[in-house]
Amino acid sequence: MRVALFVPCYVDQLRPEVGVAALDLLEEQGVAVDYPPAQGCCGQPFLNAGARDAARRLAARWVHVFAGYDFVVTPSGSCAAMLRGHLPRLVETPEAGALASRTRELCEFLVEDLGVASLPGRRAGRVALHASCHALRELRLGSPSETREPPRRDPARVLLEGLDGLELVPLSRPDECCGFGGLFAVEEEAVSCRMGLDRLGDHRAAGAEWVTSTDVSCLLHLDGLARRHGLPLRALHVAELLASREAP
Amino acid sequence: MSHSERAATFVADAERTRWHDESLWFVRERRDRAADAVPDWEALRDEAAGIKRHALSRLPALWEEFETAARRRGVRVHWAVDAEEHNRIVLDLLRERGVGRVVKSKSMLTEECGLNPALEAAGVEVVDTDLGERIVQLRREPPSHIVLPAIHLRKEEVGELFAEQLGSPPGLADPTELTRVARRHLRERFHAAEAGITGVNFAVAETGGLVICTNEGNADLGTALPPLHVASVGLEKIVPRMADVAVFLRLLARSATGQAITAYTSHYHGPAAPGRELHLVVVDNGRSRLLAHPSLWESLACIRCGACLNTCPVFRRSGGHSYATPVPGPIGSVLAPAREPAGHASLPHACSLCGSCADVCPVRIPLHHQLLTHRAELLASGLRPGRRRRALALAAAVLERPRLFAALGWLARRVGRRLPALLLERLGAPWSRGRALPELPRESFRALHARRSRRDGR
Repeated sequence: MRVALFVPCYVDQLRPEVGVAALDLLEEQGVAVDYPPAQGCCGQPFLNAGARDAARRLAARWVHVFAGYDFVVTPSGSCAAMLRGHLPRLVETPEAGALASRTRELCEFLVEDLGVASLPGRRAGRVALHASCHALRELRLGSPSETREPPRRDPARVLLEGLDGLELVPLSRPDECCGFGGLFAVEEEAVSCRMGLDRLGDHRAAGAEWVTSTDVSCLLHLDGLARRHGLPLRALHVAELLASREAP
Repeated sequence: MSHSERAATFVADAERTRWHDESLWFVRERRDRAADAVPDWEALRDEAAGIKRHALSRLPALWEEFETAARRRGVRVHWAVDAEEHNRIVLDLLRERGVGRVVKSKSMLTEECGLNPALEAAGVEVVDTDLGERIVQLRREPPSHIVLPAIHLRKEEVGELFAEQLGSPPGLADPTELTRVARRHLRERFHAAEAGITGVNFAVAETGGLVICTNEGNADLGTALPPLHVASVGLEKIVPRMADVAVFLRLLARSATGQAITAYTSHYHGPAAPGRELHLVVVDNGRSRLLAHPSLWESLACIRCGACLNTCPVFRRSGGHSYATPVPGPIGSVLAPAREPAGHASLPHACSLCGSCADVCPVRIPLHHQLLTHRAELLASGLRPGRRRRALALAAAVLERPRLFAALGWLARRVGRRLPALLLERLGAPWSRGRALPELPRESFRALHARRSRRDGR
């Protein structure tokens, strides 16, 4: 099985430790992981900004780099959603379509493809899982609160729940958006910040010490707000949380 | 002014933003419980989505069928190509009969057409009879929500308004008391009215009947008392069969407010009594053009339940007026730029792409993906600020060259780590106006990985 790790551009530059944690988790499962160094942006920011031509060029480039792998795994629900959902319509080649269907969010790959039920070891802390909108509503990793579809499990939740010592606290609004939204965070700065502060308020009311999520983008926004407002909450990517557990 | 500028004004009132958000979230939670009570909620949504798309695919045949059946029942059907023609038809009907006083129940279409100002300019008194609509009418402002028109106001503010304009005792803030004041006031207007104007929730092709849903019975009273009933309906509101209405009635009130059904669901099959008149004005106003769009046509399936407004985290925190369009929220951000791109170019960007709207929509309109379509069309047609287009082009040029991106990232982190925090924050605005900047790591993942591979001898 040939597995490639896709580390989104902002993770590469701003939170490299998330990529390292993802790599550690995959290698721990005995997966040999390639990191093709020619990789770059998947095109999502451009698609979301309406710049379809730029998005198409980047996506086509992305397909060229990753074609040939059995799976492409990424520690980002959002980029995985872009690649699975939008890539086939953006780059209309059979290769792109096939690659899109073989792209996985990290926890999804661990739980659904590798069949990991739980990880050994301990990790202390009170954590709330902030559902990434794109992991939830685009990739359908879990059941959106709006729908009455047959329940689907959320792989990130499965792994966190299976971790010894970790207390996963429930939020009053299970899947409210944090307000990041890419360019939305700067174009609609006031609303974006208010959404984030409300989301952090929900975490605090639940007694969480840590905010965790499958997406670094949500976490950069929430962590920035928490630090600016002096809130006793820190953000940690799911991969970091899972990889930093103590050995059994 | 853009949505973000108007939204910033709303958000600046932190307390109002809090209860606006909480009030609408409360409605969303009621909707969730109502959906739980229907065993086949998702199948019902499929059914409704299917009926609407089918109907939209054969509008001409359905409307012909409707007109034939409606005429047989004594309904006069008028066709209006745009808002202006709609208003002229309504005004002519009123003038021909010497009508000077009108009561109107809720109709987003008449808001869209600007009917009230048109009638007032012609000297006709129009009184909105839905309580929330009457409140905003007295305040001389548009509704902020399609189902809850005065949701942006506190009951204390309504008390002040009523004291000022309806002569109620000052300081009244009890909802029941306020409703009594409004009821006494409206009853006089109902009795004095010479015509009733209503919207329409569903026009049924096979029967030529109209279905109108309200919670206050104001459409019923407004059409039962005066001799003339003028109903306005958008081209998209037709369904083929009476049986189809049942599907939508199960979804409409549940999605809108979490009620099983609206308090009044009234069926009109011709004029109320001999000697009375029922006129229907069928309005296009850009709908047939929208129908021709390869993907946005699906937005015409909307049944105006308002569920996407209630669930939208942006709407809940920016208020309906920030959209500056008769129908606000996610569906409004799809409809308004489709009608007039230049005037509403910021709306498709007033969205974090969370997708909650699409999942709550009873007719499965892929709202957030439609906003992406708008974004692409607005950028391509040059309706976005030039600096934005240039910034995107520059960013794409860098990201298409991963080695250049890595080098620039290295440089930015190296410089960034040495700059004073305050300067860095100014450079990072508007991101860093409200948020602390992330601590910049020494090395990128790319560099860490290269070292790790060397260490492992790979």
